[in-house]
Amino acid sequence: MASFNQFGNDLHTGKLSYNIVGRRKIWYSVAAVMILIAILGPVLRGGFTFGIEFTGGSEFVLSEISTEDQGAAATAVTGVVPEAVPKVSVVGSDSIRVQTDQLSDTESREVRAALASAYSVDAAKVTSSFIGPSWGQDITGSAIRALLTFLVLAGAVMALYFRTWKMAAAAMVALLHDLVITAGFYGITGFEITPAAVIGFLTILGYSLYDTVVVFDKIRENTAEDGSESRRTFADSVNLAVNQTLVRSINTSIVAVLPVASILVIGAFVLGAGTLQDISLALLIGMLVGTYSTIFIAAPLYAQLRENEPEIRKRDKKALALKAKAAGTVPAGTDAAHVDVPA
Amino acid sequence: MAKSSPTKKAWRSLTWLGVIIVGLIALNGAGVFTGGGSWTPKLALDLEGGTQIILAPKLESGQTVSSEQLNQAVSIIRQRIDSAGVSESEINTQGGQNIVVSIPGTPDDATLNRIESSAKLEFRPVLVASAPTDASVGEDGSTAAPTDGATAPAGDAPASDAPATDAAADPAAETPTVAPTDASDLNNITPALQEQFNTFQCSDIDTSNVAPADQPLITCETDGSVKYILGPVEVSGENISDATNGQVTTQSGATTGEWAVNIVFDGTGTKSFADVTTRLSGLSGAQNQFAIVLDGSVISAPRTLAVITDGKPQITGSFDQETSKALADQLKFGALPISFTVQSQDTISATLGSTQLQSGLIAGLIGLILVVLYSLAQYRLLGLVTVASLVVAGVITYFLITLLSWREGYRLSLAGVAGLIVAIGITADSFIVYFERVRDELRDGRGLVSAVESGWRRAIRTIIASDTVNFLAAAVLFILAVGNVRGFALTLGLTTLVDLLVVALFTHPVLQLLARTKFFGDGHKLSGLDPRALGAVYRGRAQFQPSAEVASRKATSSSKEAAKRQTIAERKAAELVGTGSTKSTDGKDS
Repeated sequence: MASFNQFGNDLHTGKLSYNIVGRRKIWYSVAAVMILIAILGPVLRGGFTFGIEFTGGSEFVLSEISTEDQGAAATAVTGVVPEAVPKVSVVGSDSIRVQTDQLSDTESREVRAALASAYSVDAAKVTSSFIGPSWGQDITGSAIRALLTFLVLAGAVMALYFRTWKMAAAAMVALLHDLVITAGFYGITGFEITPAAVIGFLTILGYSLYDTVVVFDKIRENTAEDGSESRRTFADSVNLAVNQTLVRSINTSIVAVLPVASILVIGAFVLGAGTLQDISLALLIGMLVGTYSTIFIAAPLYAQLRENEPEIRKRDKKALALKAKAAGTVPAGTDAAHVDVPA
Repeated sequence: MAKSSPTKKAWRSLTWLGVIIVGLIALNGAGVFTGGGSWTPKLALDLEGGTQIILAPKLESGQTVSSEQLNQAVSIIRQRIDSAGVSESEINTQGGQNIVVSIPGTPDDATLNRIESSAKLEFRPVLVASAPTDASVGEDGSTAAPTDGATAPAGDAPASDAPATDAAADPAAETPTVAPTDASDLNNITPALQEQFNTFQCSDIDTSNVAPADQPLITCETDGSVKYILGPVEVSGENISDATNGQVTTQSGATTGEWAVNIVFDGTGTKSFADVTTRLSGLSGAQNQFAIVLDGSVISAPRTLAVITDGKPQITGSFDQETSKALADQLKFGALPISFTVQSQDTISATLGSTQLQSGLIAGLIGLILVVLYSLAQYRLLGLVTVASLVVAGVITYFLITLLSWREGYRLSLAGVAGLIVAIGITADSFIVYFERVRDELRDGRGLVSAVESGWRRAIRTIIASDTVNFLAAAVLFILAVGNVRGFALTLGLTTLVDLLVVALFTHPVLQLLARTKFFGDGHKLSGLDPRALGAVYRGRAQFQPSAEVASRKATSSSKEAAKRQTIAERKAAELVGTGSTKSTDGKDS
């Protein structure tokens, strides 16, 4: 790990520096392509797949059963409709309730027959009905209202804390990028959107902003430290901050992703589809994208937003002049000479 | 600054943390011993099962229920259930007619009433009040009569020139001969109505079928002690903007121990209510009273002693804490568009087997072990501080959740468990931010003790700023959202607070103390804070202004340390000049 330490040291001092802010056009293009895919993909696939909590579905109730084995019901349903994710529960002492996605009349009849034979009861003992969504419009409505309120408040808090609305704006753009891509992933792969997945999205929302604030705080520190004698332009300072927090960003995302990945692996491969998979998938994608967007979108965007302020322009000119002068005296080849030096 | 001061502070912080943990455990223990509490959190519907209640609408023949009404009812019922605590209930419609409410645990009668009661509230003026004729309902006739000696103003009623033909069918069937001028006008009472009132028995009340708002109503006190003829509705429940419950206080501020529901009317309600009280306070006898009618029966009929113009009346009656809270919640969220009855109530098993929870916990454990291994690899023994901090955070979170599930009805769902596991990462980030800051300070050539202090000052700013954003998300979602989202918000807010608490009261003090040990202070290779490995005192490049702050502190630090770092500095400087790499200035030409 000494090499990783060395990596951190070099990033801190600036000996090793990835030019992230300067190559913003590349990152913007990557983001644009990703967002385009995330929007077009689901459209081409035919939209998002929502779980029965959102759409409602079919419900079968078997009464006077002798065994309470919930697994048999699930098998019976998936035997007829392989892609269904049935929710099975025992009601009272001798009934079993099976909820699935909305089924066609034929499927419905077949499922009834399959359930009846699985529990060896008369088909007449199996009733079926339509159930409405448990995650109704009212929950969605209130959640969206809460979300918008949060975004406005969070934007205000960040603008106040960082003393500039431009950081808040850059953070919001990065957040939007994360949400669109995470949602797009669901749309493209066709994973069901369930309440657990929505809760995953909400977590991402917090995580993405959280991650951006951590890096922005370092940027604030670096840019505030720059005196008039600094040889770093504004973009340099932002880039240095991103590099200096790179070790932290890597460590944090690894530590955050490890538990999520282990839930996903166990949830998906050991248990099959279900709540664990739904929530951890959204989180995994969102966390990776969230860390990425802080570094490659929020930071360059912030530098770009500020660059054209007259004061920062003036300081940048001075920094470049100082650097050019230093480049004249420092031997080993730097490419600072390429910089358009003002007289 | 005195050298012992940070040490003392560190011990004080740790003591506070100990007090908080012991306090949480004691509080929980108290809950277990007084009953109601438990050492484990309660589980939600998906993990533990609960009760499935099927509500069927009370419909008269020919009446149908629209899907709009049904959705409205679902939304109101959801708010009512949510207001009783964070229960992660599941409510949906079934067959376009019924409402299925699945709640964890077994509901008591109060909960059922909270769910099914339609909660139609009306304020009507009292026209006539008298002791009920039906002795079997009014338990004690002698105490039943109102204090002002209810006088049935039969004589004032219009002469019976309109014979009572169908008195039993509908009180509104007869139109009074003299049009009543206002709701308190006794001309509202038709002979037919009077007749009906005379024979009315309190057991006849049909709570689901309240008379039209513009017609008089015959009804009783909820306990059947008084029967009334009430005027048309003056103010109705739709004009309530807020309702809370609380104990009645006297003017001196002392509580009387009686529970009441405090209502706040909106603009329209306030105005109408002021008009009513103005008129009633000028009347005497039973007509001075106005009745508060809930679902067709009178919960209270106070006398109007003063004109209430601020639109904030208080309802008292035979409330206790729970019933007053239930009524306040029902009023706040509005009346159900239709009345419902409980059609069936069955226990329901968990939709996810216990295997799901088990696998979730195993996954969490594996994730945690991976985090521990990674921390140790990255931060050596410092990683142990991370692990210990996570354990402390875990203990505090566990007891907070157990407490919340006892006091607030919080239920842990599988999504909640996943959320908590995810919180490991977000909590660990605070430590990483902190450690990296300390390392940065070491790289800038500070001694460990001062690096810990100044690294902390920078890190805590970042941690507070970022945690504020997370907490804001949690608070807004908790206040504004409904259903499952609230449970999630609670978990998020909780873990964020715990994160802040642990990093301030555990991680930082522990690091302060460790910095003073020989092992860490001398920068042992395995400590994770080895200045040599971190390339300390890097001052070779003019690009980094050697801050005056660092220089002055250097002067004060021990000469041995300074000498050690000096050599490294020289070596580093030499190295740099040799390579002459200035990559950081690359790509400026944009």
